[in-house]
Amino acid sequence: MNVKSLLKKRLNRSWTVDILLFVLLTGVAAFMSLPLIYTINRAFMPLNEIFAFPPKFIVSNPTFKNFKDLVGIFSDSWVPFSRYVFNTFFIAISGTFGHVIIASAAAYVLAKVKFSFNKPLFALVVMSLMFTPYVTQVPNYMTISYLGMLDTYWAILLPAFGSTLGLYLMKQFMEQIPDALIEAAKIDGATEYRIYWQIVMPIVKPAWMTLIIFSLQSLWTNGSVTSHKYIYSEQLRTVDAVFGQIASGGIARTGPVAAVTLLMMSVPIAVFIFTQSRVIQTMSTSGLKE
Amino acid sequence: MIARKFRLMKSEMKQNKHALVLMAPYFLIFLVFTVIPVLMSVVLSFTYFNMLQFPRWIGWSNYAHLFVQDDVFLIALKNTFLFAFITGPISYIACFLFAWLINELPPKLRAVLTLVLYAPSIAGNTYLIWQTLFSSDSYGYMNAFLIKWGFILEPIQWLQDPKYMLPILMVVQLWLSLGTSFLAFIAGLQNVDRTLYEAGAIDGIRNRWQELWFITLPAMRPQLMFGAVIQITSAFAVAEISIYMIGFPSVDYAAHTIVTHLIDYGTIRFQMGYASAIATILFAIMMGTNLITQKFLRKVGE
Repeated sequence: MNVKSLLKKRLNRSWTVDILLFVLLTGVAAFMSLPLIYTINRAFMPLNEIFAFPPKFIVSNPTFKNFKDLVGIFSDSWVPFSRYVFNTFFIAISGTFGHVIIASAAAYVLAKVKFSFNKPLFALVVMSLMFTPYVTQVPNYMTISYLGMLDTYWAILLPAFGSTLGLYLMKQFMEQIPDALIEAAKIDGATEYRIYWQIVMPIVKPAWMTLIIFSLQSLWTNGSVTSHKYIYSEQLRTVDAVFGQIASGGIARTGPVAAVTLLMMSVPIAVFIFTQSRVIQTMSTSGLKE
Repeated sequence: MIARKFRLMKSEMKQNKHALVLMAPYFLIFLVFTVIPVLMSVVLSFTYFNMLQFPRWIGWSNYAHLFVQDDVFLIALKNTFLFAFITGPISYIACFLFAWLINELPPKLRAVLTLVLYAPSIAGNTYLIWQTLFSSDSYGYMNAFLIKWGFILEPIQWLQDPKYMLPILMVVQLWLSLGTSFLAFIAGLQNVDRTLYEAGAIDGIRNRWQELWFITLPAMRPQLMFGAVIQITSAFAVAEISIYMIGFPSVDYAAHTIVTHLIDYGTIRFQMGYASAIATILFAIMMGTNLITQKFLRKVGE
């Protein structure tokens, strides 16, 4: 029997198990999608439905009032809202870009260049993931103030560039690339920079697409946590920080808060959908063999 | 001997100058923002430090105090272990299982399901909707439902009763847990060489479970190791959901964890030395768990 006909018969699969698994997946998916449904519905609920008893999950009279109120709140603030949006996008995009490039470059060396200190360095990276960030905040604040980066974008960007997760993820993926491929490139006269940029990076596209999701998501939503610590000027704040200020407005602001939550969520989801489709595309084109 | 080794390293570095350049930016930042703060914290754990005066060296007494006199720490330790050893393995297996199942679906459906399963982690603090679900008055969905169907007569204090707190937190944590490792596994599955499966089919692999054990799992070992580290760190470092859902401190410390204990001493009582000692112990626990887990993972597919 040749391989083609084997594949046509769907390799080693039985339909009963398929159906069972499908039912299981649908159940879990329904359960996991609750926050999406809840957030979307709540953003369009009029106030009397938000405070209804028994609590409502699905909106019955959808309205755009929450969004209109939100615009009203922002038109009062003395820093134009567009500035917050710019800050958020600037931090999320440049932080993600820098992290992916810098961490992948180091990951390539750890995974594919033979150094005697690679192993201990990598062990150090993995170990550092296990140290809780709560106690390193104080030393980090002192470092950032010593470097004169307080109240600048750098205070958020530079630590984000060096976060450990990305290096670890990229290194694990690059390890799967056959050594022979890199040897061949070297014999052909390619420099380390070229091997990294033109050979290794294209192969691990699913990995850095995933890394983009992680990095963007953490810079997008945790922005307010870090920015509260290091950023004092109102014009350098992010949308997320402003969201916190709106939320502290109490019950009267419940409607706009629901609207903001939906808006804040939509960007990571958009990025997610975009990158995921890329990850799936690569699969059909990559045909790497040892 | 050492001098020779050093010379060897030096020539090695000279040969690979370009590689060093590639690696330098990351490791400089890593050194400044991660390694040095961690080392500082470990040193501080042997001192009394109230963040105003200069730290005073007190040797092992922070550690001694933790285990001998601090009853709350022992509660936190117990809770954290319960939490980690129940949610950790379940969510690790769930992450892989769902990634693997989804991978078999046609691309469009796969994209939608990935999004839906990842949704709780993507949307920030969505776990707060569980607060509405388990709210203590009859407004909560859970109580409203149980009263309506006659299971109970009066609302249960879900989030205030020590009996229910930890289990509810575990459910929420599991619900949130299809996160980082889940996506890494999905990307990892895309990286597995398709021809291996064809070869396997010819070599007599009979069903999808054999295929999983003999081909998929070994091919994904790097991602599995990554996922294990991520799951260990998130299972032991649970704090945020406890603070936001149950409150801080929780009734009878029933949902107190090592990290909430650390936050208590670090940011409320300003005893940085003591907080650093807690962090160092947590670090040691995680390292130990990690070593055991990695040992197991090396045996996968054999």
